[in-house]
Amino acid sequence: MMQTVKIVVTGPFSAGKTEFIRSVSEIDVVSTERKISTEAEKIKETTTVAMDFGRITVDEDLVLYLFGTPGQRRFDFMWEILSEGMLGFIVMVDSTRPETFREARSILETFRAYAPTPYVVAANKQDRPDAWAIDDMRLALRLDSKVKILPSIATDKDAVKNVLLELLYSILAEMEAGSS
Amino acid sequence: MALKGNLRDFTITQLLNLINLAKKTGTLVIEGPGEIARVTFREGKLAYAQVGQEDNSLAAILLRSNKITNSQFKILKERTSQMTDKELGLLLINAGYVSQDEILKSIQLYCINSIRRLFSWVEGFFRFEQDQPLPEDKISVKVDLENLIIEGSRQLREWEQLQEEIPTLEMALKFTDRPGTNLRNINLSVEEWRVVSYVNPKNTMRQIARATRMNDLEIRRVVYALLQAGLVEIVRPGGAPIPTRMFPTQNKEEQKSLVNRLIARIRSI
Repeated sequence: MMQTVKIVVTGPFSAGKTEFIRSVSEIDVVSTERKISTEAEKIKETTTVAMDFGRITVDEDLVLYLFGTPGQRRFDFMWEILSEGMLGFIVMVDSTRPETFREARSILETFRAYAPTPYVVAANKQDRPDAWAIDDMRLALRLDSKVKILPSIATDKDAVKNVLLELLYSILAEMEAGSS
Repeated sequence: MALKGNLRDFTITQLLNLINLAKKTGTLVIEGPGEIARVTFREGKLAYAQVGQEDNSLAAILLRSNKITNSQFKILKERTSQMTDKELGLLLINAGYVSQDEILKSIQLYCINSIRRLFSWVEGFFRFEQDQPLPEDKISVKVDLENLIIEGSRQLREWEQLQEEIPTLEMALKFTDRPGTNLRNINLSVEEWRVVSYVNPKNTMRQIARATRMNDLEIRRVVYALLQAGLVEIVRPGGAPIPTRMFPTQNKEEQKSLVNRLIARIRSI
């Protein structure tokens, strides 16, 4: 019987969640993007309004689904539904937009409340000259030293793979800690 | 048209602004979280306010503003229980206990503090009872609403920010593992100490709020200060049910095998 597991990619508006999933998904990401209507949020043309959906087939019995949450807060009613049964989650943060750090922190806390699953923070757009340093972001996001914050470039497959792998290592470590 | 609705859609500050601009006379009744508030206005100015069932007799108001002592309060309660506030006020002024100005300022402060409590109410049904006067026995005041509206707007912004920082009260708190931090050397307020005494991964913030009789805003304010000081961190409450649907199988070895297969697959992309 085919088994499925899922990982959720969340974060503030325009953090790079759709691009992240697109970089590793074997299918064209099923995206629910709409043109942006709010002037304040017009830093890009479209945004996800329900979810993004990507897939990685592991073998003939196992499929990993990647779900991207809508970034705009008015769609947050979708978050809890998407988080149900997740293996873990990734919080994407745009390293060049410190004005979104507070919201990223809030999203992280919200997801942590949904489920005690492992998570990592992906500091996206680290290739940009105005990107904040990882250590500074850790402090600004008030992340515990045990929480992994990983440099990321959502369009770079290797960087995305690294984030996913680090999350899976955390899941494995937690399972081993739980069984010891 | 009846002025009624829910605070979710129309905040206290917006209501005060409307009453102020329209110079309304009447009583605003708000059915808030567990208690009812009645705020009376005369021509757009605050005339009286009461929240919940607390003692709002003149004697109790004077005691709160330290104009009379505890023993004087007890005597007044025993001997003047049949008097209205107006009669008691006259008696106290004539006896030289307090001045008229002290009485009015005490009532004014009481009413303003009652309004301040309302600023933390974010949910509750309200209705404005047009021309509903203040009960005859109460002494009314006349407070401009502008300053209260500004204060309320500030508090609303604070509320929004705190809610973003601490989106849910269903999480618990634990002390951070910082060797060398000694709580006794840190200057905490009374409220902070009260919360600190309940910090335990088993207690959710909502439970702590209930135990310390704080509302959602007050508990968030205290927790935020403790978080900023690095004294506590937010954790999932101990004993909370762990979701079982993460994996398609309940067998631990199969779960590990599944994660290892995922790792191998991601590496190969």
